[in-house]
Amino acid sequence: MSVLHIAEVTKTFSAGAKAVDSFSLDVADGELVCLLGPSGSGKSTLLRMVGGFEQPTSGSITIDGEDVTHLPPERRPTGMVFQSHALWTHMNVFKNLAFGLKLRRMPAAEIRDKVEAVLDLVGLAGYGDRMTTQLSGGQQQRVALARSLVLEPKILLLDEPFASLDQHLRERLREEVRDIQQRLGITTLFVTHGQDEALSMADRIVVMANGKTEQIDRPDVVYRDPKTPFVAGFIGSMNLIDGEVRNGYFMRSDLTVQLQVPDGPATLAIRPESLDVTASDTPKASVHRVTDYGSHGLVDLDLADGTRLKSMVAHPDLFRAGQGVDVFPRAIAAYRDNQQIYRS
Amino acid sequence: MSTMTTARGRIDWLGIFFAGLLTIAIVGPLLVVGTWAFTEVWRYPNVIPQQFGFRFWAQTLGRADVWNALMLSLQLTTVVTLLSALICLPAAYAFARMNFPGRNILFFSFLAGHAFPKFGLLVAIAAIFLQLDLIGTFWGVVLIQLVGTLMFMIWIPVAAFQSVDRRMEEAARDVGAGPFRVFWSVTLPQAGPTIAAAVLLSFVGTFYETEGAWLIGAPGIRTMPVLMISFINNQMVIQFGAVLSVLLWVPSFIALMFARRVIGGGAFARGFGG
Ligand SMILES: Nc1ncnc2c1ncn2[C@@H]1O[C@H](COP(=O)(O)OP(=O)(O)OP(=O)(O)O)[C@@H](O)[C@H]1O
Ligand SMILES: [Mg+2]
Repeated sequence: MSVLHIAEVTKTFSAGAKAVDSFSLDVADGELVCLLGPSGSGKSTLLRMVGGFEQPTSGSITIDGEDVTHLPPERRPTGMVFQSHALWTHMNVFKNLAFGLKLRRMPAAEIRDKVEAVLDLVGLAGYGDRMTTQLSGGQQQRVALARSLVLEPKILLLDEPFASLDQHLRERLREEVRDIQQRLGITTLFVTHGQDEALSMADRIVVMANGKTEQIDRPDVVYRDPKTPFVAGFIGSMNLIDGEVRNGYFMRSDLTVQLQVPDGPATLAIRPESLDVTASDTPKASVHRVTDYGSHGLVDLDLADGTRLKSMVAHPDLFRAGQGVDVFPRAIAAYRDNQQIYRS
Repeated sequence: MSTMTTARGRIDWLGIFFAGLLTIAIVGPLLVVGTWAFTEVWRYPNVIPQQFGFRFWAQTLGRADVWNALMLSLQLTTVVTLLSALICLPAAYAFARMNFPGRNILFFSFLAGHAFPKFGLLVAIAAIFLQLDLIGTFWGVVLIQLVGTLMFMIWIPVAAFQSVDRRMEEAARDVGAGPFRVFWSVTLPQAGPTIAAAVLLSFVGTFYETEGAWLIGAPGIRTMPVLMISFINNQMVIQFGAVLSVLLWVPSFIALMFARRVIGGGAFARGFGG
């Protein structure tokens, strides 16, 4: 059953361009959906509309069957965790967590129990008396998460909550949040522009560009079967080659690949791990650089017209710069007019 | 290691030097005035007065006009500060957080009033007040001193409100607080230390204000500083002036005590740091 229903939501700021453009999404109960996209693609704007901090220009947002489109944030069953944690620095940790409960006129004893329980949940038991400024960045972000969780919102909204933390901490908190989210079964919208974050956490990923949905799918599907050239280029490493299709062959420079689609322009997408290279006497490309990562190697190649391709190889020591090579794509996808027209 | 030690040593000397300079500049005059207030005889070559005593205190405090002036000054200052806060704080919030036509022009007009020589402005206002029969009245002085506080009470609180993190306010909305509750529980406490400083500045500034008080208040309204000036002008007894100026320190001390209690060292710095 869908808990959050976003229907045809558009947001135009006074400045002009559409920050979010006819966006629709259904989120199921207990699901974690990641909004993934480059900077300025409208992720935060969308999340803020769900939280009630921005009003959609058109469209509607429904939570648990109730239309909340025009409700202010304080009357929505959502809980937001901000990137800058936005903890109230004039209150200690306990007061930060208790504030929302007090507004709900909960008895003091019950508040104390709840706050203790949620502090325990985020691994900060006994930190209630600390001022928020006396916490590390990771601890502050945990408190911010706890502040939302303690109110048991129907929908948890997270806007790049770990963006300001270092890589190590980010990965740990990511796992913790995912654990807590699954344990509580709380429906979650998570904004990030880190694809590894989205791929590792999400039940489903929404890839956004220019305020529009590019693709909504499970992480593995988004990776394996990107539906638009944008998604193909955005998720993971990808060779995107523009060329012409004629008589069942895609052509670019000396590269020809069999492609059973009508004649016309096309963009070919090949993952580096799906592009084999071999030494050849009739080369189609020359090796530009070889990088050895130990477990595997990466070969940068140039087609005759200078188009740069990447290939992942098991034995990088077989190649050297300047060498002539032949290339064999194993799995390809092709796009035309922003649509996938072929996939092998 | 050795360079570090010498570096620290040098900084220490510099610090002591400046601390000493500051002490001489600030405490020195205060000390001299303070000494004069308790002096009965102090003739030329002596470094220390020949005779200490409370004679001039008794004489000064025995005068009804001194007491009247002190009470009047406290009343005036309290009324002006309260009115100023009542008018300026909501205005400052509006300037900081809302967008309305003419916002910038209005905002800069507050500054413009202070960009021109003040006395000329006062004379012009006095002319208007004369028409309105406000010269020599309590409320006339309140009005003129109110104008004098606008600068502090608008500019500083605007900066204070602007520096409050919007996300903090949004987070409070998010957990269920209405706009008024957010203002009360988040915006005000966050801006509080800086605003308290502004209120304090305007209280002390108003208490010592003389130009407006004299020009608009004379002859009916004589505030403490105005009285002191007339003492100094009319009779050259240093002790009268000294006793009055020591008396005038009282509101400063009260204000400072109040500041310490309300603001506290750390919060004070944070408030100014934004
Ligand atoms: N308050 C605002 N007024 C005007 N334009 C805005 C406002 N907020 C966002 N925008 C514009 O809307 C577009 C989307 O912004 P948004 O913050 O949603 O992007 P984002 O996907 O969250 O980017 P990032 O990854 O950098 O956070 C941007 O072009 C931005 O300039
Ligand atoms: Mg954003």
